[in-house]
Amino acid sequence: MSSLQINHLLGLQHVSHEDITLILDSTDTFLEILERPIKKVPTLQGKTVVNLFFENSTRTRISFELAERRLSADVVNFSASTSSVSKGETLLDTALNIEAMKVDIVVMRHSAAGAGHFLSTRCTSRFINAGDGAHEHPTQALLDMCTLRQKHGTLDGLNVCIMGDIAHSRVARSNIYGLLTMGANVAVCGPSSMMPYELERLRVRIFTNVEEALQFSDAVNVLRIQLERDAGANFPTLREYHNSFGITRQRLDRLGRDITVLHPGPINRGVEIESEVADGAYSVILPQVTNGVAIRMAVLYLIGTKAE
Amino acid sequence: MTSILFKNARIVDPVTQTDTEQDLLIVDGTIERLGPGLSSPDAEEVNLRGKTIVPGLCDMHVHFREPGFEHKEDIRSGSAAAAAGGFTAVACMPNTHPTIDTAAVVSFIFQKAQGLPVDVYPIAAITKDRKGESLAPLLELREAGAVGFSDDGSPLFNTKVLRIALEYASMLDVPIIQHAEDPNLFTGGAMNESIVSTELGLPSIPRLSEDAVVSRDIMFTAYVNGRYHLAHMSTSGAADAVRDAKARGLRVTAEITPHHFTLTDEAVRSFDSNFKMNPPLRTADDVRAMKEALRDGIADAIATDHAPHATFEKEVEFVYAPFGIIGLETAVGLAVTELLQENWLTLPQLIEKLSTNPRRILGLPELRIEEGMKANLTLLDLEAQWTVDVHRFKSKSRNSPFHGMTLTGKPVGIYNNGQLVLAD
Repeated sequence: MSSLQINHLLGLQHVSHEDITLILDSTDTFLEILERPIKKVPTLQGKTVVNLFFENSTRTRISFELAERRLSADVVNFSASTSSVSKGETLLDTALNIEAMKVDIVVMRHSAAGAGHFLSTRCTSRFINAGDGAHEHPTQALLDMCTLRQKHGTLDGLNVCIMGDIAHSRVARSNIYGLLTMGANVAVCGPSSMMPYELERLRVRIFTNVEEALQFSDAVNVLRIQLERDAGANFPTLREYHNSFGITRQRLDRLGRDITVLHPGPINRGVEIESEVADGAYSVILPQVTNGVAIRMAVLYLIGTKAE
Repeated sequence: MTSILFKNARIVDPVTQTDTEQDLLIVDGTIERLGPGLSSPDAEEVNLRGKTIVPGLCDMHVHFREPGFEHKEDIRSGSAAAAAGGFTAVACMPNTHPTIDTAAVVSFIFQKAQGLPVDVYPIAAITKDRKGESLAPLLELREAGAVGFSDDGSPLFNTKVLRIALEYASMLDVPIIQHAEDPNLFTGGAMNESIVSTELGLPSIPRLSEDAVVSRDIMFTAYVNGRYHLAHMSTSGAADAVRDAKARGLRVTAEITPHHFTLTDEAVRSFDSNFKMNPPLRTADDVRAMKEALRDGIADAIATDHAPHATFEKEVEFVYAPFGIIGLETAVGLAVTELLQENWLTLPQLIEKLSTNPRRILGLPELRIEEGMKANLTLLDLEAQWTVDVHRFKSKSRNSPFHGMTLTGKPVGIYNNGQLVLAD
């Protein structure tokens, strides 16, 4: 199998079509392993992976940890809900100390955009970004693309709309970059107050009307509304959001054709997505979760075994 | 009696409109003689062929961190950086600990700077502890020697306090120096709001935040006939507002930093916190507007906003890094490279921005290179090419985005307060 051009997976903005294709193709192998009675291969035996999580996360951390263990890597978890600054030790010191214990791969989630980029220029480990602020969440976008490819066969020419708070979403950014590289037509839909400045300068269509967005779309990726942060700040009420932008069975049925509904989770039932949609035939939410483990196995394998 | 004879220098003085090659004899700190072919048997001779003597440069916006944050910089190290950068005078901002908001702290600054070749002039806070709530004792601070008032680092936002400050300071003919930013629009922003912040997902500071406050401040300045100086102007919108104010004859002045006429927010893509300052690096359109503002006289001064931070403080996640970069030791190189060589300014115009105008805004004595005047001089090599190396800086801090950059134009030394300081 060929090898990646990148040494770290910090984001998808600068990852080539070839690299994304390689990751997606490799994922198929690992999906097959996940169907076996014994879901473990010796691929990363002897390698040490540290999961450095500076922000709360359950599903992404579990997904990474399962992927690491199924590749037979030695796994260490480091969780700190507070930022490195408030702990008194700088992020760089934390990373250098952990690295001094001889680790091979660092999987990091951090609330600050660019945190992984910063460390990768000063450390020797391989870095995989598990989400950095509102910047990127590359493995999430890769698993979304993997899921879309499974259902639609190709990403080339596929019409995909990302719905919700685009301004604060790392999932949105990684999906936009990855999908554009893979030849998809990308749109976003949400309240104008949740669109980042000058977004129109990316090759992205912008909808503020959900019906028009659905008309455009072969697939919609519905982002989680941050209940605690957004209501009252970025739009008036959750009720208004649901009525104007929520993905409902009625809105989808009215299309009279198939459409794929993704959601990176965790879902707020009855806010950005109706329960009937989340649990219904349009939804690929649970396959996304399964693909997430396989994608992370593929990324860990390709990054972890790449020659210096 | 000590004397120094500068031989064969090009002497450029925008005030006396001089640009000739001459010798200059200094005796006991005073310009004794000026003319061709001078000789003085007792004098130490310095051959300055190919070099230029200009009136001592003045940086009206530095942070020397003393008292309170001496691990970043102190008055002695900051002055050494100023001298190395060709400055004979600086005005230091009051965001120290304690704040420069009492006569005692003003006196402390003068005391610490006594005997140095660089004159250090304190700018005092407008409001107590720079909180923007109640006025500091401006008359007392002026009496103690403060040359201007500013809450720099924070905006003076409350309009009632702004009005009173402009009115009260107008008794003193000292400017209110504004850090123009709307705190309601500040939501932890770390860079300019643009396509770049959108792509990077970094929290941002809109240009609107500066534009709106400058426009508002100019209305207040007009209404109370105050004196207003805009610190670190960075947006084309602010430049338009100042242009309009000047056309109306208002007492409004502005300064621009070298980084705001040199760099754009594209640099932030590196996530290198040496590109993080406030106001943030703006767009290419703004950089061009800053150069036009300098050319057109809309911006009166070039000031560095020299803001030292220890490496361990800057070497963190971009959003957590403190704002600010050091600038004293790169200002001349950037000004010559970006403004003189690209013909935005003539040399006399450049010296006006770096010496005459900032001194005038702060009410400091006018410098003239004339016989009988105090010798307060900067020596420049306008042709020298050099590569910025932060490890050679005199500043205690290393937070410069210009490390490794090749510049044209280098300070050779300064002469002030009877002391000659030559660059390494």
